[in-house]
Amino acid sequence: MSYNKPLPKIDTLNKPFWDGAKQNKFLLQHCPSCGDTRFPPGPVCPKCLADGQTWIEASGTGTLESWVDMHRAYWDGYKDALPYRVCLVRLTEGPVIVSNLVNAPDALKLGMKLKVVFDPVTDDVTIPKFTLADG
Amino acid sequence: MFDPQDLKDQIAVIGVGNTKYGNFPHIDDYGLAAQAFRNAVEDCGIDKNQIDGLCVSRIPYYARMGEVLGINPRWTIPLPAHGRMSGMGIIEACAAISAGLCHTVALIYANIGRSRRVNYGGDESPGTWDPWGFTSPGAAHAMAFRRHMELYGTTTRQLAEVSVSVRYHACLNPDAVMRNPITIEDHESARFITAPLRLLDYCLINDGAVCLILTSKERAKDFKKKPVMISGFGAQESFSHASIANFDFDNWYPAVQSAGQQAYGMAGVGHDDIDALMCYDNFSPTVLFSLEGLGFCGKGEAGSFVENGALSLGGRLPTNTDGGHLSNSYMQGWALNVEAVRQVRGECGDRQVPDCEVVQYVQATPCTRTIIYTRG
Repeated sequence: MSYNKPLPKIDTLNKPFWDGAKQNKFLLQHCPSCGDTRFPPGPVCPKCLADGQTWIEASGTGTLESWVDMHRAYWDGYKDALPYRVCLVRLTEGPVIVSNLVNAPDALKLGMKLKVVFDPVTDDVTIPKFTLADG
Repeated sequence: MFDPQDLKDQIAVIGVGNTKYGNFPHIDDYGLAAQAFRNAVEDCGIDKNQIDGLCVSRIPYYARMGEVLGINPRWTIPLPAHGRMSGMGIIEACAAISAGLCHTVALIYANIGRSRRVNYGGDESPGTWDPWGFTSPGAAHAMAFRRHMELYGTTTRQLAEVSVSVRYHACLNPDAVMRNPITIEDHESARFITAPLRLLDYCLINDGAVCLILTSKERAKDFKKKPVMISGFGAQESFSHASIANFDFDNWYPAVQSAGQQAYGMAGVGHDDIDALMCYDNFSPTVLFSLEGLGFCGKGEAGSFVENGALSLGGRLPTNTDGGHLSNSYMQGWALNVEAVRQVRGECGDRQVPDCEVVQYVQATPCTRTIIYTRG
């Protein structure tokens, strides 16, 4: 069955992130001028406003900052997947991102160590998700 | 340049109006807005042609609004549909009047989300996190409330107190959409939408419109009712996590604290002076975050603060006496400002707070605003 959940809208800014994910690499946009690191990417560095933002391969590790269980399907593709778990991750490099927490028990605590796993949902798109690092 | 604090008691609300709230597929935004405007005009007895300022929110086209109402103001500001524009619009109107850009402003908001089946999530509002299935303002507030539960031990039974108190008020408001009483048990057994939040933690989606008319202290004496003064306000944005829409890592605590301090300082009032709170309740956790930020309780203590009906009429801080967004009407803050005015006027009937002199409005959002209304 074809994948019918939302796929990323790939544009010139975020293309390196999704290209990296397809190669099982977790990339973050990085400022060569001041060292700021972030996701989602922006057109200039929000700290120093420099152009020429580049990408670094991140550790793919972080800590659990929150989680929710989605019980409503805002897209038809989720109708048979309810409920599904979405988490908030503070990456080791600093940025806070939203992702899915997969293969994790129900008993969770803030601060649990997480690591990235790569889910190749289509031939073209791999979505980075997170799981417990000690799981 | 002047200090905005000098605007204390300089601008008054002279007229307020609203439509009925519900499901009106046969009326468009302009039709609802016109009803609310006409009601506000009648409320103060102004000649509509005296209105020379127009602020509209969630109205498709401001110029068509002027055409519909037959007014040609000399100051106009259109605001988007986001649920944080009421506080922003009212403060901007104060600034415009005090700067002499206009002397009397009508602020008009209309929402047809119910009859047009707005979902507030999915492809209707695309976002960065769609590939992970994370969408809707409610999910963002669920994420924030989970942190509050984990960090401070707040329970969903405590959260339920917000919905129960606000519904109690809606039952006293003949115009409210939801008028059946609920209990904590009803809250706890309602279906999850985004756990840990359940159906009764979510605001309504309904059609309706609201209008407020503001003018200077001097002109305010000429109208039907005693003016309600804008005695204080405060503002602070929180944009650093804007890609996680409707979420703030600190639950807007620093912003609400800052805005609150500005407003209390400007109005010269403290927490004990606040007779009622009108608190933006898009989702019930926002009320807890607002109480903490404003300093009605300490950070992390809002769960115990709201227990035992503290937010109900007769409790320590009557909150959202019209039934709020959770049970009266989803007018994105605008109706709460109208309720603040009516409480200070003493027009609220069964839900009137006795001897109500000072009412505070607050919106804990990426654009945090708070406004203090008094008799001046």
